[in-house]
Amino acid sequence: MTYDQKTALDLILHNHNYDRTHIIAILQDIQSEFRYLPEKLLTYTAAAIGISEAKIYSIATFYENFSLDPKGKYVIKICDGTACHVRKSIPILKEIRKRLALSDKKQTTDDFLFTVETVSCLGACGLAPVLMVNDTVHAAMTPEKAAALLQELTAEAEATGGVL
Amino acid sequence: MMHFETPSQLGEARTDYRRYLAAQKRKILICAGTGCVAGGAMKIYDRLLALLKEKNLPLQVELTEEKEDSIGLKRSGCHGYCEMGPLVRIEPAGWLYLKVLPEDAEEIIETTLIGGKPVDRLLYKKDGISYPTQEEIPFYKKQTRLVLSGCGRMDAESIEEYIAHGGYEALSKSLFLMSGKEVCDEILASGLRGRGGGGYPTGRKWISVRGQKEPVRYVICNGDEGDPGAFMDRSVMEGNPHLMLEGMMIAGAAVGAAEAYIYVRAEYPLAVARLRTAIARAEECGLLGKNILGSSFDFKVHINTGAGAFVCGEGSALTASIEGERGMPRVKPPRTVEQGLFGKPTVLNNVETFANVPLIIQNGSAWYKDIGTKTSSGTKAFAITGDVVNTGLIEVPMGTTLREVVYDIGGGVRGGKDMKAVQIGGPSGGCLTKVHLDLPLDFDSLKSVGAMIGSGGLVVMNEDTCMVEIARFFMNFTQNESCGKCVPCREGTKRMLEILEKIVIGKGTLEDLDILEEIADTVTKTALCGLGKSAAGPVVSTLKYFRDEYIAHVVDKKCPSHVCQALKTYTIEPDICRGCSKCARLCPVGAISGVIKSPYLIDEKKCIKCGACVESCAFAAIKEE
Repeated sequence: MTYDQKTALDLILHNHNYDRTHIIAILQDIQSEFRYLPEKLLTYTAAAIGISEAKIYSIATFYENFSLDPKGKYVIKICDGTACHVRKSIPILKEIRKRLALSDKKQTTDDFLFTVETVSCLGACGLAPVLMVNDTVHAAMTPEKAAALLQELTAEAEATGGVL
Repeated sequence: MMHFETPSQLGEARTDYRRYLAAQKRKILICAGTGCVAGGAMKIYDRLLALLKEKNLPLQVELTEEKEDSIGLKRSGCHGYCEMGPLVRIEPAGWLYLKVLPEDAEEIIETTLIGGKPVDRLLYKKDGISYPTQEEIPFYKKQTRLVLSGCGRMDAESIEEYIAHGGYEALSKSLFLMSGKEVCDEILASGLRGRGGGGYPTGRKWISVRGQKEPVRYVICNGDEGDPGAFMDRSVMEGNPHLMLEGMMIAGAAVGAAEAYIYVRAEYPLAVARLRTAIARAEECGLLGKNILGSSFDFKVHINTGAGAFVCGEGSALTASIEGERGMPRVKPPRTVEQGLFGKPTVLNNVETFANVPLIIQNGSAWYKDIGTKTSSGTKAFAITGDVVNTGLIEVPMGTTLREVVYDIGGGVRGGKDMKAVQIGGPSGGCLTKVHLDLPLDFDSLKSVGAMIGSGGLVVMNEDTCMVEIARFFMNFTQNESCGKCVPCREGTKRMLEILEKIVIGKGTLEDLDILEEIADTVTKTALCGLGKSAAGPVVSTLKYFRDEYIAHVVDKKCPSHVCQALKTYTIEPDICRGCSKCARLCPVGAISGVIKSPYLIDEKKCIKCGACVESCAFAAIKEE
């Protein structure tokens, strides 16, 4: 664990009063800071709030939003809820995966720019099919619009200094 | 911001806010729900704001003072007609503009605000007729919007506007004019039943918690709306967060709880933000905190965001998650009302349920019981989506028929196609078919046909939908989300999914259908929690109503709707084929052969149904069915 990581983590733990019932919120904060849950930080957190490493691991692996592997700068969540599914969300997923050379096994690009995953429902069913890039919902998508969006995001990343 | 020390101070402030609001002679409400925001609603807002400032018009954004003859510009909650978004409503005329673009801002200001006329091209049109007001539009005409009445009619983030619209009057009434017991009895008498799916009488739940010996109690609002195809709760949290908060406070005061939690899905960032704002504003003005309005009632509300586990929508899994555990259900009893969060008696209700509470306290149980049916009183919000003309969020009295919802409000099936089924209640629910069109939508009628109201997602499916594939889709979802604690759900959903996967690729047998039914029966009877018990719902109901489709898949090895990829057949139309050989070169298994410039042939035995040939053909000569 680097000094910067430790400082950031200590602040997160402090904000949660080292309260073990806040473990999920703590993990969410770690993930939003580091984009994933680095193993060393989990070990440190477990000791700091007084739970076992096994316990923190069990929680980190139970919830789908937590990732033990680094995620990309842009996390693209393609909705495959019922409404999006019947309005053809899978071709969008296929198009995005094809363009980024990703699959259901490999979800993050090698340059850590994109992570592509599916989600069961974003609750924007009236505009199906939808996808979410980080916290922004994009409505009424098509494979073509998705391709354009990828280009836009790549350009944006280049303009703002890459993956960081 | 005022700090209310007594109910009369709140009342006086309400009179003031109403006066301020009345001084806004014209109002523009821009829908700021997730859907319209995704469509660019914030850009429209910014553009209108900039233009109003530029033109030096008497603008008022925040309700802080009486500004004579001003124009109120507001970011409202979801209007429900998501399909037509971004939506802009003009008051007092009640005009609703659809599919608005930032470029339309200028015309809206010139024609409507200054000229006093509607912008015709932005109005809803059907058969050449324009429908200027929102209430005239067929989508809204048959609705009864009670819980959603505030969504789209006021600034979603303004506590002042909520108060001006009668907000926190019910809280005041429940604190000073009613005892906790009276509040519980009133809710029981109203017949309000849990809107999250179970349909358990809310009043009975509250009375149980009130009667517990343990003095520490909790209130939890379940906003973990995980059913795919449902977004009623999201709209309430985003569009009228104070209504739900007020319901929670009334519950807290009635059952003697001083602390509450709202559990929201992480997939709803806007709802989380709006709730945080709402809580902060309520704390600032003393509606949350110690000695609320001068009473002895203290109340603190926390927000927990989910981390992506569908099972956390189940009560005991949800409390485990708040406690910082894996979100797994536990054996009941003890029930949540006896030993819920941190082992204490807990009132756990869903968002829509809490949002009904202030209305009942305000208007009385008799008024509420008059709406809906005998055993299901009140209204229900439904999210209507899928292959239907008008998608969005609707609210109708309980007992409204499926036909009214799909055809009168929903406008029928898209593209003039026939309706095949309506999936209700998400992965725990079942499907309804054409024979159910006149079925009243309420808790008991739906149960009688093997479906459930669930949280209220209605997905309309047209004739091109393969019901076996839909059953597989739901089972895949449930299997993924099974927490793994009990064997029937963990193993049962896995085996059912395997069988369904076999059937959709044409490898199923008739015997598989019997096994499917047997497992479904076992899982339903023996799973630990409600999610497991209802996991087989889609399988059972599709087997019941669409058995012929299953038979076609297993006996004839055909998918009647031509959806299942592996059961498709590919043929080349000899009249259209120019013999260019492109498909033959692309076919990954060499199943296409022929002579240049004469029609090619596909060898069905070799074909792996990948569809590459169809995409490659420049003459559309390859038929897929």
